[in-house]
Amino acid sequence: MSALNDLTIGAAAKGLEDGDFSSQELTAAHIEAMNAAQDLNAFITKTPDIALSRAKDSDARRAGGTTTGPMDGIPIAVKDLFCTEGVLTTAGSHILDGFTPSYESTVTQNLRNAGAVMLGKTNLDEFAMGSANVTSYYGPVKSPWKGKGGKDLVPGGSSGGSAAAVAARIALAATGTDTGGSIRQPASFTGIVGMKPTYGRCSRWGIVAFASSLDQAGPLTRTVEDAAIMLGVMAGHDAKDSTSAPIDVPDFTADLKGGVRGLKVGIPNEYTLDGMPAEIDALWNQGRNWLESQGAECVEVSLPHTKYALPAYYIVAPAEASSNLARYDGVRYGLRVDGDSLDEMYEATRGEGFGEEVRRRVLIGTYVLSAGYYDAYYIKAQRVRTLIADDFRKAFEDVDVLLTPTAPSAAFAIGEKMDDPVAMYLNDVFTVPASMAGLPAISVPAGLDKDGLPLGLHLIAKPFDEETLFRTAHALEDAAGFDARPGGAS
Amino acid sequence: MSLDKDTVRKIAFLARIRVPEDALEPLAGELSNIIGWVEQLSEVETEGVEPMTSVADMTWPRRDDVVNDGGMAEDVLANATDSEPVSGEEGGGFFTVPKVVE
Repeated sequence: MSALNDLTIGAAAKGLEDGDFSSQELTAAHIEAMNAAQDLNAFITKTPDIALSRAKDSDARRAGGTTTGPMDGIPIAVKDLFCTEGVLTTAGSHILDGFTPSYESTVTQNLRNAGAVMLGKTNLDEFAMGSANVTSYYGPVKSPWKGKGGKDLVPGGSSGGSAAAVAARIALAATGTDTGGSIRQPASFTGIVGMKPTYGRCSRWGIVAFASSLDQAGPLTRTVEDAAIMLGVMAGHDAKDSTSAPIDVPDFTADLKGGVRGLKVGIPNEYTLDGMPAEIDALWNQGRNWLESQGAECVEVSLPHTKYALPAYYIVAPAEASSNLARYDGVRYGLRVDGDSLDEMYEATRGEGFGEEVRRRVLIGTYVLSAGYYDAYYIKAQRVRTLIADDFRKAFEDVDVLLTPTAPSAAFAIGEKMDDPVAMYLNDVFTVPASMAGLPAISVPAGLDKDGLPLGLHLIAKPFDEETLFRTAHALEDAAGFDARPGGAS
Repeated sequence: MSLDKDTVRKIAFLARIRVPEDALEPLAGELSNIIGWVEQLSEVETEGVEPMTSVADMTWPRRDDVVNDGGMAEDVLANATDSEPVSGEEGGGFFTVPKVVE
């Protein structure tokens, strides 16, 4: 691996500006790293030709005296849930076999317009349903971090390929999507920064839908500053997504280093779990001390409905998924398995095209929406969701930001938690509540567990107050000084 | 509530997902576990609480009700396994499916 692979977006932008290297050199170094790390299975589709051609365009722009901003010429990876013009888009599912969109998602178009260079499409849990990146039709992703005795670990999920690529220094940054924790939990597992913006901040247009009231795109990067830079490019109002917020995108980097003096940080009492490793509690306390020592005031707050967020999520998200995934019928795109009648063709196509976890969730969703159960499950869950959002609203009357652990454990071995869906769901116990309330949140790498594996701390802010979120995250990052890196990238 | 094999068969049909007969029983067990776990929501008092309909506390803009897109039949058909091209038989420009009307 060359020094070019270990840069931040900020440093790479400066290197490009100063003429220390070209985007083509920077891109070539990352393509080489991508090819060398085949074993991680982080990419479903590699696009080195597109990357080099966009890098060349970027260099030509710069030579002509213009640039398109801080991401011009920066090589990134794209989660294979974003539709990309002329490039296979799979959502990690067999049912989208061969699907090649003729259009580009708004978020990836924004990145293209800003000059970012796409290295390839990263592996993910099928339709972003999973917390370990083990449900992909294209096989599991391995984390570049190794467990005891060199055991292969999951990178977390669903944005596992994106997280692995950024942690392994294959990409400077990557896009992810987060429905219940799919950016933040893999960031925590792989020792990088993962950020989910406020619902409505990024357009969902052209992103393969999982649960539309929860899905948000966001950046996976190695520093908080990089996350702020990249979100600034990804975000913005889009008339093509009716839930895209008509709110101006501020310069998220402007006040990044403003510090946390006088900031009020809430520590929610309810963010613990039976059997959670003591070191996660200890790290959480450490995070509190780090912020207090920089002048923040930490106070305990109560979010009484926290424990109900996850079960409510596992009604709402599957319900929306069962509706969204109705479009995969073998008629318009992807896999078709023939049948004697239209119904049989649908059943055969969907029976073969969906993996086990997706099938489970579509069936749960169908069940909770079916006649006689709709009020008892779906409407009940939406009422609980109102209570969860109210908890946050009340807490934010007193505090500016909340500090919690990101996940209840470090990364686990590939193959673990596979036979108990509910045990797998518990990975997202600390990230789901903010998703249910549509709030911006970020995971910052903050320490290592006893086996030397990364652990993240999680911050949650008020709607559209990403600036406070980034500023607090930067203070945490500064204090934590996390500089551990996976064996695969040393 | 636990789901039995017949219920799973019924919802699998509603969802148009073929589930092999020998997979119904284990699936009923898995789904019952998940449903049993989400049923802890019944502990929560929700009398008089409005169900959430929009996660964001804002009024979204509405676009003008005009046609502002379209005319891309070729693109729309491009990813279908089986379709009749725009210039094809009977005017073309359609997806093909197993016969539904005798």
